[in-house]
Amino acid sequence: MTKYILKRIFYMIITLFIVASVTFFMMKLMPGTPFTNQEKLSPAQLKIMNEQYGLNKPLWQQYLIYLGNLLHGDFGTSFQFNNQPVLSLIMTRLQPSLLIGAQAMILGSILGILLGAVAAMNKNNWIDSLATFVSIVGISVPSFVAGVMLQFYLAFKWHLFPIALWNGWESSILPSLALAFSPLAQTARFMRTEMVDVLNSDYIELSKAKGNTRWQTVVKHTLRNSLIPVITILGPLTANILTGSLVVENIFSIPGIGEQFVKSIMTNDYPTIMGLTIFYSLLFMIMLLITDILYSLIDPRIRLTSKEGN
Amino acid sequence: MSQNILEVKNLKINFSTFAGTVQAIRNVSFDLRKGETLAIVGESGSGKSVTTRSIMGLLASNAQIKSGEIKFKGQDLLKESAKEMDHHRGNDISMIFQDPMTSLDPTMTIGKQVAEPLLIHGKISKENALKRAQEVLELVGIPNARARMKDYPHQFSGGQRQRIVIAIAIVNYPEILIADEPTTALDVTVQAQIIDLMRELQEKLETSIIFITHDLGVVAGIADRVAVMYAGKIVEYGTVDEIFYEPRHPYTWGLLSSMPTLDIGSHKLASIPGTPPDLLDPPQGDAFAARNPYAMNIDFQAQPPFFQVSETHYAATWLLHPDAPHVDPPAAIQRRFAEYQKLLQAGQVENPIEGSLNE
Repeated sequence: MTKYILKRIFYMIITLFIVASVTFFMMKLMPGTPFTNQEKLSPAQLKIMNEQYGLNKPLWQQYLIYLGNLLHGDFGTSFQFNNQPVLSLIMTRLQPSLLIGAQAMILGSILGILLGAVAAMNKNNWIDSLATFVSIVGISVPSFVAGVMLQFYLAFKWHLFPIALWNGWESSILPSLALAFSPLAQTARFMRTEMVDVLNSDYIELSKAKGNTRWQTVVKHTLRNSLIPVITILGPLTANILTGSLVVENIFSIPGIGEQFVKSIMTNDYPTIMGLTIFYSLLFMIMLLITDILYSLIDPRIRLTSKEGN
Repeated sequence: MSQNILEVKNLKINFSTFAGTVQAIRNVSFDLRKGETLAIVGESGSGKSVTTRSIMGLLASNAQIKSGEIKFKGQDLLKESAKEMDHHRGNDISMIFQDPMTSLDPTMTIGKQVAEPLLIHGKISKENALKRAQEVLELVGIPNARARMKDYPHQFSGGQRQRIVIAIAIVNYPEILIADEPTTALDVTVQAQIIDLMRELQEKLETSIIFITHDLGVVAGIADRVAVMYAGKIVEYGTVDEIFYEPRHPYTWGLLSSMPTLDIGSHKLASIPGTPPDLLDPPQGDAFAARNPYAMNIDFQAQPPFFQVSETHYAATWLLHPDAPHVDPPAAIQRRFAEYQKLLQAGQVENPIEGSLNE
């Protein structure tokens, strides 16, 4: 197990290196420079600025310098956001994003699993159809539409929650709800399909033959077995929610990491783009690793070894 | 031996499907005595499994029981509430399923799975239940049971898994054990071991067994009495010797003739031509008539009642009617008759097929 995790971490470092390299060159292909929008700068001033930030050097030199700094844990300094170091910039903005993402994930997946389970137990009757309808709506309505609707009804019309901005925990409720729709819908679909299969399996028949009631059968033998494939999608889904909240953060004007990502791309803030890309990739890979570890905990047939193909 | 523990009377079960109503069980009656093994034989779709599932109360949701009663120790199971049925299942009546590879929960240790029926029904502590589970696992022949209690199903072979499924079924000392083709998914050598095990357990526990199979070789090895089912009906029943050596129904003749024997040599294996009737619209007369080379006109017009052959042996075929012409059964069956007469004269009615299975 330890050996397996170490091996995975080694692969993660290689992946990060590739992600950093590809992003670096693609970013330089983007039109404009960090100073394009500052029209008041004279050519002489621009030259000084470029020299100051090392942007006048050949691309390969800039690349090597960046990688070198990265190895020392130095992500550079933001061009835009008050000249803060990128790392501390990310850290200060991480908290709202993590809070919203985690709340959305926990709420969405728990409700989704329950909805899917209830749908499977009532297969082909109106409860099942209702659950299917909810899932389809949840999958097809984008989070920003859901966000705007929530803002309009729950905040603007009925004044239940703050409409936007970041003032304490209440502010996190609406964006979390908006984000929760997608994981709710997806886990519900997955859970239903899987649980219908499990409920048809021989060991469920045996469970009934043992004298278990319907509910005992579900709790003791069905849920755990149905959850195995659901776990598979939870990892990537979590990463998506944590990283993909940028639009929702923008709608609710939350000073989160997603909002910052959008701004840094708009302004060609190279160090911030790089830092956030690396951060997001790392997050994604950690989620996948956690998924695999969870997998082995929940399913005894899966044992993690460092050998391929086991 | 004479006390009936289970009596099934005039059972009729329909299934509603998109194509129409399937009459899966068409008036089935039989009884099961204490301590005996009753084999129910028949091809796929003859209603063997549906019959036993109705005893367990585990029919699919589209099944309707049209009429009949299933009396367990005098009480009609069909009139019992869901809660009362939960109490019977795994306690007085338990079941062994066909495929041991999929019958066990893959994410639960086998110790827990075997102990589960005890915890559901008995007021027994968890520790004692696990202790009992270990004893039963030893009884069914799982080597090193104590250590293996913590293993998961995938760590066992098919034969071992079927032993575990049997352990689950007997852990509460049920009065009736229903085995639904318990050896079909296993290798022949493992089959024989499982049959031996079940026979051994029956002697120890004095359970009554209903053994469903389509394999007549297996029947010979374990059954006291045999009921032959065809198209949702029992067509012949009797003791195992009567069914094997003195069968009277042409369907039973067909089944026995299509059983490979050791002396078959290079002869072609006999088979029953045709396919079973469509139970969406069962024929008016004898359901087997269309495939029956001995069919008479009346077979197509009226369903035959049971004719008594001996005190224990009944067959539903018009051939046994006093007015029916005499027919000669197939050669293979005539040989069986002759062999039986020899054995009867020697005063030792034994089962040679049983011997061949164990070797």
